Amino acid sequence: MSAELLSSDVSVGADVPVLEKLVKPVTVVLGAMASRDWRPQHHDYKFATGNNGLEDIIMNTPNLASWFERYLTDWTGPKGRLGRIKFRMKDSVYPGDTMRFAGKVTNVEAAAHGMSWVDVSIELSAGDKSCVGCEARIAVPDTADANPWKLKGDDWKP
Amino acid sequence: MAAKSADDLPEEVQGWIEQERYTEATEFPIEQGYVLTTLSATQNGNPLYWDAKVAEELTDGPITLPSMVSVWFRPHDWSPGRTEPAVPLQLHFDLKDRLSLPEAVMSDNTIVFYEPIRPGDVLTTTQVLYSVSGLKTTKLGTGRFWDFGVRTVNQHGDLCAEERYTGFGYNRA
Repeated sequence: MSAELLSSDVSVGADVPVLEKLVKPVTVVLGAMASRDWRPQHHDYKFATGNNGLEDIIMNTPNLASWFERYLTDWTGPKGRLGRIKFRMKDSVYPGDTMRFAGKVTNVEAAAHGMSWVDVSIELSAGDKSCVGCEARIAVPDTADANPWKLKGDDWKP
Repeated sequence: MAAKSADDLPEEVQGWIEQERYTEATEFPIEQGYVLTTLSATQNGNPLYWDAKVAEELTDGPITLPSMVSVWFRPHDWSPGRTEPAVPLQLHFDLKDRLSLPEAVMSDNTIVFYEPIRPGDVLTTTQVLYSVSGLKTTKLGTGRFWDFGVRTVNQHGDLCAEERYTGFGYNRA
């Protein structure tokens, strides 16, 4: 977890520190159960390989969304407030893969009330596979006393 | 902005476009257990979710991770009296059925987050179909793309999230 990130610490083209995690079977199963995803390709090896023609059980999309959020807030600290996330699935993540999250800042935009929007393009890969492309927009404070979480209604337009 | 829909759709499906369907409440009040399990599953140490003092200072009390919004409207795998498995995103399955496209994948997913979801909240979701394409052939097979969304509000009527999905239903090549 980083110290609190301020918008002045961020510039277009900057890299977000890479996160790498080895995926174990429990990573897949725990993530699927945490996201209430009971579909068998996330816990049943025979179903995943026999019925779906996959190599193994696979990470589920809703839990990957939470991995993206964790990746971003590791960088911003707890005041980082996710505004928007878009992802495109390209390949599956299996046990034995090492997930590699690598992000780059694509836009920094001043907004109202002492916060700025930071747009980040993230690639989740595993070895030679490009697994998920993600575009995220997260609010970060401009000063130490600003707090994006306090914004509501018309003041929060992600 | 939704894409223009194909004009060869069954009348029933055409009638679903831009109509709110499946407005339903979540099956249980939002709770912290799934939040902690998600944090554990993703090895997320964000103190906003682990430290009550940080949560009080930043968000006036505990909240759930924004990325968990879809977790709350996924039905139980089993519940009393249910004879068929319930599925989330019923609209997606209706389209597969009515368009006779037995296979389907989701390609794109966009979520926009608004009011944080808190433990104890009771959420209501509504599904809306925005468009269905004409027949297209991809490496998976021949079928149609559809664009639909889920809107989530809390018990106060505050908008919490808007999700957009692109699905591709197809017959195998």
